[in-house]
Amino acid sequence: MRSLYLALALCLSALFALPASAETAAEIVARNAAAIEKPSRQTIGPVIAELAASGDAQAAAILEAWGDKRLGQRKADGAFFIIAKSADGWALTDLAGADAGTAAKGDIAELKPNAGVRGLIATALVQFTLSDPDRAKRVAALESIAKDPKPEALEPLSASVAGEDDPVLRAQKERLVGLLTIRFGATSQARVAAIESFGRDPALDLRAALNPLVATTRIAFAGEPPAGANIARELKPGRDLTEAEAYDLLVAANLAPARLTVDEARHALAANLKDGAVGGVPLADLSRQEARDRAYNALEAAGTVPPAATDAEVAAAVAAHRFAEAYAEPDAAVTAAAAAALGRIGTAVGAMQAADLALDALSLASIYFLAAIGLAITFGVMRVINMAHGEFIMMGAYTGYVVQLWITNYTLSIIVALPLAFAVTFAAGVAMERLVIRHLYKRPLETLLATFGISIALQQLAKNIFGTQARPLTAPAWLDGAWVVNDVIAISYIRIAIFALALVFLAFFLWLMKRTRLGLEVRAVTQNPAMAASMGIDPDRINMLTFGIGSGIAGIAGVAIGLFAKVTSELGSDYIVQSFMTVVVGGVGNIWGTLAGAALIGLMQKGIEWFNPSNTLAAQTYMILFIILFIQFRPRGIIALKGRAAGD
Amino acid sequence: MSALLEVSGVSVSFDGFRAINNLSFSIGPAELRAIIGPNGAGKTTFMDIVTGKTRPDAGTVTFGDRPLSLLSMTEAQIARAGVGRKFQRPTVFEDQTVHENLIMALRAPRSPWRVLFWREGAQDRANVAALAEEVGLSDALARKAGELSHGQKQWLEIGMLLAQEPRLLLVDEPAAGMTLAEREHTTRLLVEMAKTRAVVVVEHDMDFVRRLDCKVTVLHEGAVLAEGSLDHVTRNQQVIDVYLGRG
Amino acid sequence: MSRSFFARNPSVLWFILILAVFTLAVTLLSDAYGVAFVSTSFVKTLGKTLCLCLVALAMDLIWGYAGILSLGHMAFFALGGYMLGMWLMYARTEEIVVAALAEGVLPATAEEIRQGIATQIFGVVGASELPPIWVFAHGFWLQLALVVAVPGVLALVFGWLAFRARVTGVYLSILTQAMTLALALYLFQNDSGLRGNNGLSGLQNLPGLGDVSQDRLSVWFLWASAAALGLGYALLAWVVSGKFGSVIRAIRDDEQRVRFLGYTVEGYKLFVFSLTAVIAALAGALYYPQAGIINPAELAPIASIYLAVWVAIGGRGRLYGAVIGAAFVTLVSSWFTGGRVPDLPLGFYTVQWVDWWSVVLGLSFVAVTLFAPKGLAGLFDLWQGLRAPNRRGAPLGPDDGALMEREARE
Repeated sequence: MRSLYLALALCLSALFALPASAETAAEIVARNAAAIEKPSRQTIGPVIAELAASGDAQAAAILEAWGDKRLGQRKADGAFFIIAKSADGWALTDLAGADAGTAAKGDIAELKPNAGVRGLIATALVQFTLSDPDRAKRVAALESIAKDPKPEALEPLSASVAGEDDPVLRAQKERLVGLLTIRFGATSQARVAAIESFGRDPALDLRAALNPLVATTRIAFAGEPPAGANIARELKPGRDLTEAEAYDLLVAANLAPARLTVDEARHALAANLKDGAVGGVPLADLSRQEARDRAYNALEAAGTVPPAATDAEVAAAVAAHRFAEAYAEPDAAVTAAAAAALGRIGTAVGAMQAADLALDALSLASIYFLAAIGLAITFGVMRVINMAHGEFIMMGAYTGYVVQLWITNYTLSIIVALPLAFAVTFAAGVAMERLVIRHLYKRPLETLLATFGISIALQQLAKNIFGTQARPLTAPAWLDGAWVVNDVIAISYIRIAIFALALVFLAFFLWLMKRTRLGLEVRAVTQNPAMAASMGIDPDRINMLTFGIGSGIAGIAGVAIGLFAKVTSELGSDYIVQSFMTVVVGGVGNIWGTLAGAALIGLMQKGIEWFNPSNTLAAQTYMILFIILFIQFRPRGIIALKGRAAGD
Repeated sequence: MSALLEVSGVSVSFDGFRAINNLSFSIGPAELRAIIGPNGAGKTTFMDIVTGKTRPDAGTVTFGDRPLSLLSMTEAQIARAGVGRKFQRPTVFEDQTVHENLIMALRAPRSPWRVLFWREGAQDRANVAALAEEVGLSDALARKAGELSHGQKQWLEIGMLLAQEPRLLLVDEPAAGMTLAEREHTTRLLVEMAKTRAVVVVEHDMDFVRRLDCKVTVLHEGAVLAEGSLDHVTRNQQVIDVYLGRG
Repeated sequence: MSRSFFARNPSVLWFILILAVFTLAVTLLSDAYGVAFVSTSFVKTLGKTLCLCLVALAMDLIWGYAGILSLGHMAFFALGGYMLGMWLMYARTEEIVVAALAEGVLPATAEEIRQGIATQIFGVVGASELPPIWVFAHGFWLQLALVVAVPGVLALVFGWLAFRARVTGVYLSILTQAMTLALALYLFQNDSGLRGNNGLSGLQNLPGLGDVSQDRLSVWFLWASAAALGLGYALLAWVVSGKFGSVIRAIRDDEQRVRFLGYTVEGYKLFVFSLTAVIAALAGALYYPQAGIINPAELAPIASIYLAVWVAIGGRGRLYGAVIGAAFVTLVSSWFTGGRVPDLPLGFYTVQWVDWWSVVLGLSFVAVTLFAPKGLAGLFDLWQGLRAPNRRGAPLGPDDGALMEREARE
């Protein structure tokens, strides 16, 4: 079956692209017996190419055997066979595919091509695997070509397109043919046509194919540009490049002598020290650069040191030459088409990058929102500053970690961990409210400090229990991976899940505050505790519950954050300042404000990172500065301002 | 007689609620005026606007002989320009002695540098002693303000106002929580003060207002409802409807 | 009332007397000038503690008196250290580079020296040029001026923005914390021009004093720190003793009322904020040569919160309280975290104080806040039988009776 397919494919490819060869594979091998016996990487290439192009169905089998060291030569007559170990020596198959009996072990010399030759064989075999009946093999062949595009692959690949019956693979092959044509196409028309066939496709592989075409190097020349140079643009020294850069180009092109470095000058001067002076300049004077130059010029004039370019000579040399950026690709039509295509793609990619950035910002915003929503309750509604809020987040994350120690099914463990984290931090929050915060409602600054004391203690406690190294909190497998729209836009499933979780919390908060008895009582207690108490609401109980819920939500946020961040005892303190900022910027006491604050901060941070992607520290610095300035103009936050403006 | 304080066409609203609605008001340089009105009539907001705590949405507020617009000034600038305010609840600095409270209020340069290098002279001590005498706190100068009785705190606050030497005094419910004797003392103080400066008293207590024996302005829903002597306004049918009738 | 400042504030004289006795005692017990009873490293610890007491004084003025819980004063402290550290590091490196270049045949050019210094200092962050902010690093007096100017101007600008917008209470605390975080994150970058997370090091070696042993230097720094603390105490006692002190305490208790008295509250806050920032910076400039190294971790927001912790434990609203708190907490902390306290076996678990000290500190801080808002200094009130008036939980003002700092320091 397999050889039938191969034969069919080869026939087809021969029909479409290859000149049919009259010789069989066996004949080619016989003709090149000497080269095959002692192959070297340099000499064997044409033989392998000839075999591959022979059109003989046996060629693939022969090449495969040769590459696997299964080709042998009978010592008696020098005939080649495909050999296989048998009980009493070798089982032989002749090169036409027919059984040729057996031979004793000593009668056959095994051919052992070296690694270089095997590489060549493997490349030649690609064209056969491209048409292999096993789909997985064809996919692997395509991947290997895409990963390491070689000019040789173009012909067999285009030959295999027509025989491909899998529509997906066929599309992939056609695409790859196009990409290879862009780089290695025979004529400039073919390459330009290939470039244009892609339109404004933003895929990475296309850009990887186009970018090398428009890569430039700087060259220096006197008079006309060197023949065959594909000039992108001419450079003017002083405008497009500095004089020093221009001169370095001249030195690199051997058009001018190297400039003297400070070190070389010092060595030269030190080597020519005579009687306390160099070139007539006293040693003591040589602590000034100007004196050193004078001494070197004197030595140069005396011929003791090689001449070095002076500033005037450098300027003259630069003025006498022209400089340009030249494409490495010599074909001007191709470079022009590639530049135009990249320009088209650039705008499309820009739009998509903006979309991707927006997605990133949205996911960061939902993380901030998750971290801050507990605070929106404790700080926003109750006006209690809880510096240990971050540690509640940490407790939630550690709860998730501990649950995973017991329940190894990640999906189940997360489902258990979420309510458990809520319970643990709810209890911690209630305990803290009862023991500490209750006594400090009238003293907000001291609440800040007391809860900070708790935060120190909890952090150290976590360190003592779990150690200082990061603990893993593993997401279930179905959250691995990312939702990929194209090469530019992608977002991981975890972040989508966190976004969804943030929405759930928002809905939960709104429901709790607006639709439940508890929410009503919470709002009553916040607005007027004395009046609420006189209407039968127990403010102590309400405060305790509210604080517990706020803390519990922090615990759930901790599980979510732990899924993508390292779980350490410092997990919470990384988020606490940003969380407070989120609440303050958004407008205290308003959940929509917290949402707006999280969105603003997420967008800001991603936006700044976009301008300076290498430096997230700087992005955070500038973001905080922005927030400080923002508070100047909107001291009551985003939403509070809108409310007042609406009232005017 | 030109007005010391001229409030005209002032409106302010909070989140859609109109606290002050096109209010106009004026008072001369040496006049005692009582402002009455039901809860929510805008009495306190009116004081907030004059002292710079609240910015109105519309209208003008001018003060002094060479009229200054108070709207562009901060609370501290307005206070230095000569507007003193006494709050409903006595707000004195309880952690500090009566002496320190009065020294702080005494008319003197207010900038940080000047205050840092300011040292108490014989004249200042004499002034403080005179003020303490006037408000009946001579024996309590060295005591912490927090230890004083409610009435004493009210007087200390009035003493601090006097120390500022304001040209306009805004007094919010001075008689609240006072004994009868204390009220009489307070009435005397207010009437005495109004001989040399403008005094605006916001008060609920009709007896107290009657005792002051001055022109009365009735506020209702952020606007002036009636103005005149107490007898005049209490005969006004509208006033009876909205205020006295309900009271 | 025309008595002298010291007659009205006997606590200042007491304080300076105790400080002088303490300094003299340490000197006489030191390796360099005495009976070698106190090790050099402990002399340094004591010197550093005095600097921390000075910054705690500043914190007490801004928080205990003016009621502004700034969580940024350790940033000013560290900035002061950075500014002086730049000179120390530059001048010291210059000595080394000049000495190294003197080995060469040719006398070194100014450019070679500059290049050598830049490579020495910035090789570690992969740069070989001195960043522009080092332009004054060669001059001691210039850089000393920056110790005051940089934190001072930063405090002025930040304070002006924050106070002008009437940010108060916990919001201001969070904002100052954000400022500290921003500064720390900025300094963590390698291209901040201050060697990123490597910070500045080798600061214990004073340029020009290479042949003076660390034994003697440590005592000199102790003297300098004690002098600075004494001067700082006297200055702050003078600031809070008069009408200015009255006004800022009034701002703490009811700033709106102070506005209606005609005082520009924002101006006072800005003045106190900047003054304390400068004092903190000077304390830092004295601290880090004794510590030997400074890096951005010193600016972490937590450091400023600890500063508030010291002042709260000591007792805010009185200057000696801040000193007691800083000295007590830092010395006890270094004792516990130094591993010199024996483990506490509980049978089922052995408490190792290195690990558990932070827990104890955090919880005791909660306890102090809840049960002893007046801090350790409140003990003096009990001891003296003073009856405090009911102040609705706010702290007392400063009063006479700073008799027991010695106890706290020992």
